[in-house]
Amino acid sequence: MILSSMTKNGAILTAFALITTGTVALTHSLTAERIEEQEKQQLAEQLQQVLDAHHYDNQLYKDCVVITDERLGPRPEQVIYRAYKDNKPYALVMRHVTPSGYSGDINLLTAVFANGEIAGVRVTKHEETPGLGDKVEVKKSDWITLFKGQNVLGEDDSRWAVKKDGGQFDQFTGATITPRAVVGSVKQAVLFAQAEFDNLFAAPNTCQGAK
Amino acid sequence: MSQVKTLFKDGMWANNPALVQLLGLCPLLAVTSTITNALGLGLATLLVLVGSNVTVSIVRNWVPKDIRIPVFVMIIAGFVTIVQLMMNAYTFGLYQSLGIFIPLIVTNCAIIGRAEAFASKNTVPLSAFDGLMMGLGFMLVLVVLGAMRELIGQGTLFDGADLLLGPWAAALRIEVFSFDNQFLLAILPPGAFLGLGLLIAAKNVIDTQIKSKQVVTPEAEKGPRARVTSLT
Repeated sequence: MILSSMTKNGAILTAFALITTGTVALTHSLTAERIEEQEKQQLAEQLQQVLDAHHYDNQLYKDCVVITDERLGPRPEQVIYRAYKDNKPYALVMRHVTPSGYSGDINLLTAVFANGEIAGVRVTKHEETPGLGDKVEVKKSDWITLFKGQNVLGEDDSRWAVKKDGGQFDQFTGATITPRAVVGSVKQAVLFAQAEFDNLFAAPNTCQGAK
Repeated sequence: MSQVKTLFKDGMWANNPALVQLLGLCPLLAVTSTITNALGLGLATLLVLVGSNVTVSIVRNWVPKDIRIPVFVMIIAGFVTIVQLMMNAYTFGLYQSLGIFIPLIVTNCAIIGRAEAFASKNTVPLSAFDGLMMGLGFMLVLVVLGAMRELIGQGTLFDGADLLLGPWAAALRIEVFSFDNQFLLAILPPGAFLGLGLLIAAKNVIDTQIKSKQVVTPEAEKGPRARVTSLT
């Protein structure tokens, strides 16, 4: 009696599991291509914001290295895209993370030219306080564009701090921690790029297979 | 016919999932910082609710009582995943701004509540209608709360509507007033609690007023009869 109802219920559950999984799998296969396209488009937009696509002649998402380095933040496996011009190394676009924001990680994207100059910086993801710390977002304020064209002259470059700490970057009213974290993280990333520029271009391409 | 009317009234007002049942508060409070987010999550919940109600109602005679809950959960999870994939593919920007709250629709008790309390005992058309009304009621509260918070918090309405509706909707954005510093309380979660509290209070005030009016009318009729008896 118990055994038969168990088999029956088990069979019904299995049938439902198969049907729902099947439907989900079907939807997934129907939307997968479009989702990938959207993600690629978003990546292209992000990359375009930090490094103008007219200035290099390879496809960035097809040429990258994946690096774990403390200077790019405490999270492992940051992606670095490599831009070439006339087959010569032109610029690096690095993803990096800082945990020193006001709440949660701040994810950044920084592009650095071969001469160590910054091509552009953007915050790609953050959870800072709306109205205060979120001014690091380019949508809310143009503060982040101030990095463009800057250079870091070594570890003890005193300009690389917020004004409150004696540097050249404005903090926001009511929010010093967020810009301080961003400035510090960008500085470390740029130093990393300057030190490892040639090594990074010599490393094998991890994104070769990308479509 | 009267049943349809009752379902409409229950979903939108008398048994509204957000204002009366107080279900699904986590997404309700977390994503209502703008109308666009509220509308996006409202629509997603509505789709899942109608879909799960219809499916649960179709299979209600084949599912034994003992295993109905896992079956319902599977159906709901399936629908949520499908909606999530669809949003990821077609409304990418909104998908990113709603983040974790789309998969969390699975845990919205309003959905499994309707499956268990209504769809598992009623016919398919009625269940579909119930899902539609409950979903609309939920969405309505989300949108009203989103409008309140967006207006007070950043002085705009329909900010970022193009994420949900396509590029043409960027023109919908209305800047009602602008200020140098945003009113943070409205945007942060505590503002959502206060806003929802005010909405529930407003609903209760309206209900009390309706009730007090209904009590007054029969008394007026009784009046003359009472006098007649006192004369004899």
